[in-house]
This record gives sequence, C-alpha cells and structure tokens, in this order.
Amino acid sequence: MIKLSATGGRFKKLSGLSAKIAPSHRWLVRALIRAVSVVFCVVVAVFFIIRIVPGDPAKMILGQYATPQAIESMHHRLGLDLPIWEQFIRFVQNLVTHGDTGTSIVLGTSTRTLIAERAPVTLLLIAMASLLAIIVSIVLATVAATHKNGVLDHLIRILPTVTLGMPIFWVGLLLIIFLSVRLRWFPVGGVGQGLGGMLYSLMLPAITVAFAHIPTLVRSLRTQMLEVLESDFVVTLKAAGIPNRVILVKHVLRNSALPALMLLGVNISYLIGGTLVVEQVFGIEGIGSLLFSAISNRDFPIIQGIALYCAISVEIISFLVEIASRFLDPRTKGEL
Amino acid sequence: MKSIQLDTQLQENRKGKSLLKKVLNTPPLLWGGMMFALLIGVAVFAPVISPYQPSHQNLFAILQPPSTKHWLGTDQLGRDLFTRVIYAARTDLSIMVLAEVIPFCTGVFLGMLAGYYGKWIDTLITLITDTLIAFPFYLIVIIVAFASGAGQKGIYITFILVGWIVYARVIKGLSASFRKQEWIAAAQTLGIPGVKIILRHLLPNVLPQAVVVLMTDMVGLLVAIVTLGYLGIGIAPPTPDWGTMISDGQSFIATAWWLSAVPGCAVVYTGIALSLVGDGLADIWRRK
Repeated sequence: MIKLSATGGRFKKLSGLSAKIAPSHRWLVRALIRAVSVVFCVVVAVFFIIRIVPGDPAKMILGQYATPQAIESMHHRLGLDLPIWEQFIRFVQNLVTHGDTGTSIVLGTSTRTLIAERAPVTLLLIAMASLLAIIVSIVLATVAATHKNGVLDHLIRILPTVTLGMPIFWVGLLLIIFLSVRLRWFPVGGVGQGLGGMLYSLMLPAITVAFAHIPTLVRSLRTQMLEVLESDFVVTLKAAGIPNRVILVKHVLRNSALPALMLLGVNISYLIGGTLVVEQVFGIEGIGSLLFSAISNRDFPIIQGIALYCAISVEIISFLVEIASRFLDPRTKGEL
Repeated sequence: MKSIQLDTQLQENRKGKSLLKKVLNTPPLLWGGMMFALLIGVAVFAPVISPYQPSHQNLFAILQPPSTKHWLGTDQLGRDLFTRVIYAARTDLSIMVLAEVIPFCTGVFLGMLAGYYGKWIDTLITLITDTLIAFPFYLIVIIVAFASGAGQKGIYITFILVGWIVYARVIKGLSASFRKQEWIAAAQTLGIPGVKIILRHLLPNVLPQAVVVLMTDMVGLLVAIVTLGYLGIGIAPPTPDWGTMISDGQSFIATAWWLSAVPGCAVVYTGIALSLVGDGLADIWRRK
C-alpha cells in the first residue's frame, strides 16, 4: 500500500484542493485517489489480457485450421479490427454503462449475466469460510494466549511452517478421502438442494478454504491478544478482583473479533483465489468453474469479466478496511 | 608479507568455522538444510535409487497397494509411484529454482529503486504492485499461464510478470529506512552517484532479508506450479509432476487414496524444509 504519511509532499499538486479539506480528512482523499487510480490500472490490465496472447487470439479461439474469413469475423466480433485506442474506449464505455466485458463467444450471453448467475454460490462459500476461519482462529488464539508457552501454544506457533507448503486443492482431496469417502459425514461434491442442503454440501469446501487462512490468522491474533492480556487495563481489572473468565469474554474477545475480521479483509484476495481453486476440487458450479470452462473454451470476454469483478471487489474491500481501521482506531477518536 | 598472508588465512578459517558454528547453533536452519539436502540428493540420484523408469507402464500390475516390490504401490497405468514421486522432484524443484531467478533480481532492484529514490519512482512502482495485488494470486497465475500458452514456458512467463512484487514491497520498505541512516548520507556527501550507492552499499544490506523472503516465496511458487499442474495448465503429462499426479489419483480416491496423498506429502515436505531454512536465516540475521 502507498505510504500515506502526514508529510506527503507527493501530493503537492493537489494542495489547492486539499487546502479546503480539513487536515484530518486529507488521508481519506489520498486513500480515495489511490483506490481510484488502482481501479483504473486494473481496467487497463484486464483490457490487455487478450493482447498478451502470443500470436493471434482469434486463431487461438478458432484453432489452427480456421478459414481467413472466420478469423476476420472473429476479429470483428472481439473488436480487434479497430485501432487500439478505440478498442479501449469501447471497452470502458461498455464497462461503465453495462458493467459488462462483452458477450461470451461460446454461450452468446453477456458476461455480466453469467457472472451474476454463478456469484451467489461462490459468495456463500466465501462467507462460510470467513466465518469458520474467524471462529476457529479466535478459539485457538485464546487458548494459546491464555496458556502461553504451553503445548498447544507451541503447536500453533509451528503450524504455519507446516501448512505453508500445503496446496489447497490437496487439503480438499484429503478431507474428501477421510471425511466423505471413509466416514461418510459429507457428500463427495456438488451442491445440495434448498438452503439446508446447500449449506451442508458447502461445509467441506468451506473448511478447506478456511484451513488455508487459519494458521496465519491465529498467529497474528495470538500476538494481539497477548498485548491486550499484558496491557495495563487488564492488569487493573485483575487487581480489582474481576474473574479471569469475565475479563476474557468481555474485554479480550471483544477486542479481538474486529482485528480478526480486518486481517481477513486484508487477505480477501487470497481468500477469493483459494475459493476459485477449491470449487474445482468439489465440483461446485460457481465463478471458479465458470472461469475454467471459459479457459478451456478460450472464451476471453468471460475471463476478462471474472478478473475485473474479482479485482474491483478486492480493491473496494481493501479501501473499506482501510477506512474502518482508521475509524475504529482509538487514537483517532472515531473522527474520519 | 608471509605473516600477512597467514593472518588472512587464519581469518578466513575463523570465518568458515563461525559460519558452521552459526548453522549448528540454529536448529531450524540445520534441520531444514538437512531435509532439503536429502531431497536434492534423492532427486539427483533418482536413477540409482529406483530400479524403475518413471514412465514405464506395466498393465499387469495396476493400482497395486504398497509392497516390497513397489514401495508406494503403482498407479492406474502400473507405473511405480515411488519412482514417479522422486522423478517429479527433479522437474518441480528445477522449475521452482529457475522460475525464481528473474523475479528475485527485478524485485530486489525495483524495491531498492523505489525505496532509495522515493518520489515518482516509488509512486509508479507502488501503483503497479497495488494493481497486480488487487487480482487474487491464483486468478492471475491461472489466466496468465493459460494466455501465454500452458506448459513450462507459461509458468516462467507468469512468474516473471507477477513474482517480483513480494520482493519489491519488502525491499522498498527496508531501503527507505536505510536511506535515512547516516552511512547513506555520508556516501551521498562524498558525491557517489545514486546507482553506485544502490549496488555497492544498499544491496549488501538488503540481500539477507531478500534471501529470507526467497525461501518462503519458493514454497509459494512450488505450490503454484503444482496447482497449475493439477488444473491441467502446468507441466504437460508425460513429464512426472506432483500436481498432475495428484489430479490423476483423484479418480481413485475411494480405492487407492495414496495415489493423491503421497505426491502432496512431497510438496509439504519441501515446504517445511524451505520455511525452516528461511526461519533459521531470519534468526541469524536478527541476532546480528
């Protein structure tokens, strides 16, 4: 992230504008400028995806034996026959007015519609995985922090070393082998009918996605909790004779749920990426499977659409997390 | 003259000894180093260790459970699983190391540039890294690997494009903190040009941290290579690769679960070895 220090000589050109804004709001303007410029660059990057293809993308789509006429009409369809700046303007226009990156080459439907159809399952999976990761991490971090240097504390500290090299799809497969095939607790794959069936069938994928995030989450939460546990106000509460259990639930846990959510917000990009891969392992018809079918069909507009929607969501969430962390930081007294 | 030579020799000896002592005094580095050395040894001597060929099929002995003849059993084409796992180490580890070279160099260099000069260079490099980071890592890896043509070439192109970001971010922060220190100011006062300061004075100081990052980043890279293999856009089939092996074994998880489990264990083993080495190096560096 750009260092948004108070000195910020970098934005001198904007001094005319920032002079009118209260000093305490200046960081917000800077964060906004940063977010908007990143989103613009994301759009440019996605526009160029189709152009990093070595050779002709139309040939890649249609295959080696395509006739020159077919290639020409594919060029026209993808807008590749226009000068590059005009292509870019059309791309942006379509994006701003329709929120779209064109029509799917194979399915003939707009990419926005296709993504909107598949998004709910993926979003539900991400939400379940986040909830699970937060709950498990808080529990483990509390145990580790309250039993410092105990057996579990040591185990939790070496956990990231072991899990760093675990491919997420492989973890999913192991869970299928042991929990679905052996113990028959969960279905092997697919998505169940109705809300209950859906939640039940998404449990194992959610555990898989959460698993990848728990080790790092626990480690940072443990450090934060130790800070709170050793802070003056907790010592004062203990001295006042308030039982440990009450201090833990009322003060320490309340102070750690939010950081956990923040940490997850910072890692949202990894969370989405992991979900796309895990969907493939469990045969879930979400954004991930849309991406892979688009890849095997060489359906560029869909690939561009997914990349764009994911990146913009990540940027929006990072921006909100940045604002929230400023707002909730007691040192700023809730002023924005 | 002779005594001076002796003296330097003595110093070198002492230096060598202290390095060995340092390694021995840092358990994570020692254990991680031994684990990694064993892995490299097995990969290099694969033809000596195994009596089988990795692609030799024996359709009379398919999907066999582990036995004395086939230590880890055989796959759906009767190929010896143990042989394939150690031959795959050759493929995956060599790609992992080769694919890390260019991103490491560009990332460290760009990070030093951004940190040392600041201003618009920093703004520009930060804007590029922020843009690339907005895309989920696996999404960008999958798309670029596919668009640049699947296979080994795609893996190299992908990591040249996105692999440098981690180094650039870490080294940028480090260089920016060094810039404010006196020895850099001293070098500047002496009129040493910026590029020379960066390469001669800044580089040796940021390199240890960059190497620590390299160790964990190699694990991430290996996992990405294996994931691409699993998804069918990485290393192409006849070449043994842990990712495609896991994917092939997925059809047999009900009967021969070890086909998928074992290659994954090899990835995890490599990950533990490298992150222990990284932790150990970080320890030594911190103690300084």
